[in-house]
Amino acid sequence: MLKYLGKRFFQLVVVAFVISVLVFLLVRILPGSPAQVILGSSYTKEAAAQLNAQLGLNHSLIIQYWDWILNIFHGNFGQSYINNETVAHELATGAPIDLELIILSQIVAFAVSIPLALTTSRRPNRWFDNVSTTGTFGMLALPPFVIAPIMVAIFAVNLKWFPATGEVPFTQAPLTNLHDFILPSLAITAGSIAVYYRLLRSDLIATLQEDFITMARSKGLSNRTIMLRHAFRPSTFSLMAAAGINIGGLLAGTFIVEYLFAIPGLGYTLVVAVNQRDYLVVQGITLVVALAYVVLQFIIDFLFTVVDPRVIRE
Amino acid sequence: MARNQERLTFPPLGQPGDPLLEVRDLHTSFRTTRGTVQAVDGVSLSVASGRTLGVVGESGSGKTVLSRSIMGLLPPRDVVRSGTVEFAGHDLTTLPPEQLRQVWGAELSMIFQDPMTALNPVKRIGVQITESIRLHQGLSKKDAMASAVALLHQVGIPSPEDRVRWYPFQLSGGMRQRVMIAIALACSPRLVMADEPTTGLDVTIQAQILDLLSSLQKERNMAMILVTHDLGVVANRADEIAVMYAGRIVERAPTKKLFANTHMPYTRALMDSIPRLSDPSGTRLTAIGGRPPDLINPPAGCRFAPRCSYAQDKCHQSEPPLRSTGEPGDHLFACWYPLSGSATVPVTLKEPPSAGSPTPSNPATPPKDPS
Repeated sequence: MLKYLGKRFFQLVVVAFVISVLVFLLVRILPGSPAQVILGSSYTKEAAAQLNAQLGLNHSLIIQYWDWILNIFHGNFGQSYINNETVAHELATGAPIDLELIILSQIVAFAVSIPLALTTSRRPNRWFDNVSTTGTFGMLALPPFVIAPIMVAIFAVNLKWFPATGEVPFTQAPLTNLHDFILPSLAITAGSIAVYYRLLRSDLIATLQEDFITMARSKGLSNRTIMLRHAFRPSTFSLMAAAGINIGGLLAGTFIVEYLFAIPGLGYTLVVAVNQRDYLVVQGITLVVALAYVVLQFIIDFLFTVVDPRVIRE
Repeated sequence: MARNQERLTFPPLGQPGDPLLEVRDLHTSFRTTRGTVQAVDGVSLSVASGRTLGVVGESGSGKTVLSRSIMGLLPPRDVVRSGTVEFAGHDLTTLPPEQLRQVWGAELSMIFQDPMTALNPVKRIGVQITESIRLHQGLSKKDAMASAVALLHQVGIPSPEDRVRWYPFQLSGGMRQRVMIAIALACSPRLVMADEPTTGLDVTIQAQILDLLSSLQKERNMAMILVTHDLGVVANRADEIAVMYAGRIVERAPTKKLFANTHMPYTRALMDSIPRLSDPSGTRLTAIGGRPPDLINPPAGCRFAPRCSYAQDKCHQSEPPLRSTGEPGDHLFACWYPLSGSATVPVTLKEPPSAGSPTPSNPATPPKDPS
């Protein structure tokens, strides 16, 4: 167990290093330099050289990278040269929005998809299964930027149950905050429900063909016990793998929903920063998001070992 | 809900030899896209308390479907079943699912063919044993675990206190089959269905497992249906043997009688395919040519006729009924031109119900069809 996780952890460190280098280099590849953006019409070669010296951009790439990483280990991600906020502050204001969106949408996604799959997989291709499968297919086909305006039109504009835009910070008014997040979370959750439901359903159908399910039936166990205690756990591999990738994609990947609901999370901040060549903000957010992604995969790897003890042996 | 929770009652466990299971005219068919597969076609059999019935046949003869159909384990969807299965005073074919579940595992259990796939790979073996004990006997977690340890000890698993925490993949094939036996016997059932319990195991382990089953069976006065493709497996262990071919029983007799006086050419062919130690090394085994018939469109007449070296015209035209030799001790067979165990003593036959009377036959010189 420890050996397996130790191995995974070592991989995590290597991947984190590679990511940090790639993030650093990718930003340099973007067309247009920071000096061009900052100086704008007052751009001259001299002014640019002076600015680069001031920002440390005149050093070699290796020294720039080293300075950046060393500062990060001291908790200093640098600061935006557009609005002079520290990158750490941008992360601290943006990340909670992403986290809340992800947590709420995923709770809903699991709460809907798992019971639905457990129900329909027992009787595949009956009417309820067909309705659910077609329904989730529709959800998969509708991207958040289609669902969001429709929901806003119905629930915010007409029924006035929810605000159309904006949010109150969770620390100020938790309940109002949760209320504000319902529509944005639902806009994201549809795709997750569809993916989770379909994967779990097909894995469950396959598991239910296994001998050990017939064996469990021959013991006289109830259908409920068989579904929950025997069939569910061995059927969750694709679900967990997909959830890892999906949640990873939602980290800073909810730009459109953040934009539509005017809740500036990391995705929104990142897109703005890229357009402004605000390279320290881009580097900082990308690095943190990539690290979070790697840690998430580490957690999923750990969950695999919990669900199936054979993983450790292989 | 009240109706569903109604407890079934069972008569007290009888003496060895008391009737326990009576299957009458069981038909089981599957609807497939190609047509209806008649997997079990009018099978009748009975098993008495504490006795062993061997069900023998090659792959595809319907023996696994038969055992599952008797239990009622086949998914009701796409499966059509008729006939009656009288078990300890209840007709299993008419019990509602909730009551059937009180029979399964408690009074009637099953040992599966492949212990690798029949044990849940992600559950500790202790839990897999205790779940039916807790369900049927209402024991606490701790008592059930103690009982699981005792069971593992009985089936010959060393240091069972530790092994209850193991997963199936940590055990060898023989050990897994022992665990499976422990699960099947956990609630001391009256009848256990053993579906090819040793097929996936080494020959040496096979004998160990079969001996273990026999001794546990005697201790517990438990009846057993031992399903196998290997006549050698049941030769010394079954009280009675039913030979299946293409979904039907083609010969059924007490074991000694069957071996002493084989009537059905198919049974003889199965016997001839058992390797014998007395044969000189290098002796080729006699194989049965051809394959079992397609159960969607079974051949007319005797279903074994296309592969039978003794087949006559009549065999291809009309189907032989399952009839008795008329001797004491039920020996049933379905053949127009039965063989006799010894060439010198011809078997006296009763008139078959529909067709004319066939002459007793000798395997060396099959007689001409009288009709």
